[in-house]
Amino acid sequence: MNDEPRRPDDEDEAAATPQTGDEVEAEARPEPPDDESTAVEAAVAEAAAAAGEAAAEPAAADDPDAELRRRVGRLSRRGFLTMGAAAAAGYLGWRWVDTRPTEGRLPWPLRRGLEANRALWETLYDRDRLAPTYPVSRAEREPRVNGRLGLDRDADPATWALSLEGMAGLPPLSLTLADVRALPRVGLVTELRCIEGWSIVVHWAGARLADFLAAYPPPNRDGGAGDPARHPDRLVRYLAFETPGRGYCVGLDMATALHPQTLLAYEINDAPLSWDHGAPLRLVAPIKYGIKSIKRLGTLRYTDERPADYWAERGYDWHAGH
Amino acid sequence: MKRLVRKHPLAVRWFHWLNVPLLAVMIWSGLYIYWAYPTYRIGVGDFTLVEMNLSREAWRTIGVNNHLARGMALHFVFGWLFAINGLLYVAYTAFSGEWRELVPRRGTLREAWHVLLHDLHLRKEPPPPAKFNGAQRIAYTGIVAAGFGSLVTGLAIYKPVQLGWLTALLGGYPMARFFHFWLTVGYLLFFVVHVAQVVRAGWNDFRAMVIGLEVAEVAETTEAAPEAAAEGGET
Repeated sequence: MNDEPRRPDDEDEAAATPQTGDEVEAEARPEPPDDESTAVEAAVAEAAAAAGEAAAEPAAADDPDAELRRRVGRLSRRGFLTMGAAAAAGYLGWRWVDTRPTEGRLPWPLRRGLEANRALWETLYDRDRLAPTYPVSRAEREPRVNGRLGLDRDADPATWALSLEGMAGLPPLSLTLADVRALPRVGLVTELRCIEGWSIVVHWAGARLADFLAAYPPPNRDGGAGDPARHPDRLVRYLAFETPGRGYCVGLDMATALHPQTLLAYEINDAPLSWDHGAPLRLVAPIKYGIKSIKRLGTLRYTDERPADYWAERGYDWHAGH
Repeated sequence: MKRLVRKHPLAVRWFHWLNVPLLAVMIWSGLYIYWAYPTYRIGVGDFTLVEMNLSREAWRTIGVNNHLARGMALHFVFGWLFAINGLLYVAYTAFSGEWRELVPRRGTLREAWHVLLHDLHLRKEPPPPAKFNGAQRIAYTGIVAAGFGSLVTGLAIYKPVQLGWLTALLGGYPMARFFHFWLTVGYLLFFVVHVAQVVRAGWNDFRAMVIGLEVAEVAETTEAAPEAAAEGGET
């Protein structure tokens, strides 16, 4: 163990060596300020323990580098062992996260992480912050069609109706496109940001969802009829949207539903929505990723329980907000 | 006289080594995200030198296919850790005074050129000794600036409505994404050069980033009392 002679004066170095500038010998500082303190203290203690036996032998003045090498070896072992332990802990932590039971196809620590982000951004949410808008000339002439989930081929626009469920004390209402067109028409040229990473400028027109909610108010959480304009905070917290065959579904928070840029759109480039853009009526939520802008609405339900969401069940963030 | 001298403070070593796995997770999960829309290229006009894209088979071979959801979750969770670690590092260097060794100053550019020529064996005499030479000052300040750029462009892509002013400042959503991507390519280039330089500099330098101390030739100082120097050993 102690095959190299130790110098007995390790302990004294600290007090004896004066500081001569920036490059002070590390182990020689009287009080190592922070970083090396544990390593150096341990080293000093070790040396002190050995001093008793080593003191009997003469100091190894013939090989000045031996002591240096021994000390470097000791500090290296300590340093690399610490680093190895930290790396192992990191790896085990990573494996632990990855092997946790999933919630919506994500290991729950990651899902909780997304939920913590949601809580943060809901706290910071400011409804006056708007998605950028553009002149009509900037809008895509033929906007890209990306998703056809829930778009059944045999749907007949002539018999289409929106089933509205969950109003206080009312059975489901069956609304026609004319009912939605009766609300003020709003044009909006804004960016659609797909969760895949691309974005396009689209020219929409339709009714503000906020106007729809004023005309067909959601209930309050206590079950009474709600008043979105005056007491939005008392309303149930969610809207559940589904395509007619339930092939696609979206859950939306009330704050987004009341955002002035959230539309029930029936036109694109001043023409009625085409089949694959979601005719006859779709949601447009520019303050969310495109996955929330569900096409071909079949059912809208007011609810205080967080609704199912097609992509949130497949590993994506439920909030998906911008 | 050879001595052990302090080089990297404990805090800096922790920030540095924590950043390795954090940046790795950010780049790899970023690749999961990029896979869904791998749109960039190196080229001018119609001429494309390199498509920043892989074939289906190549994406599958490296395991980066159909992981967009997982990539986003990892990116938006680990992004905070990456940001906090980086901000703490900057705060530490600012308050400890370490920044003086790190930020470029007058003459840094000339010195960096000298370092480059020396490293390429085009100039014999070594650059003046210092904790960090001119090239290192530029590289280590640049990489921190790049990290800050990644944080800012990332936030602009993450919340382009709530942080819409930031997105607008960067030239809009597609531009913010463009900058975010190329900064990452910059990290990879930095990484290649950095590791090559560490290999070239040798074990003593690498070890110093782990244990904080390096073995260095230290000149005897006249102010030091002779007996104290002797006490220090290694005479």
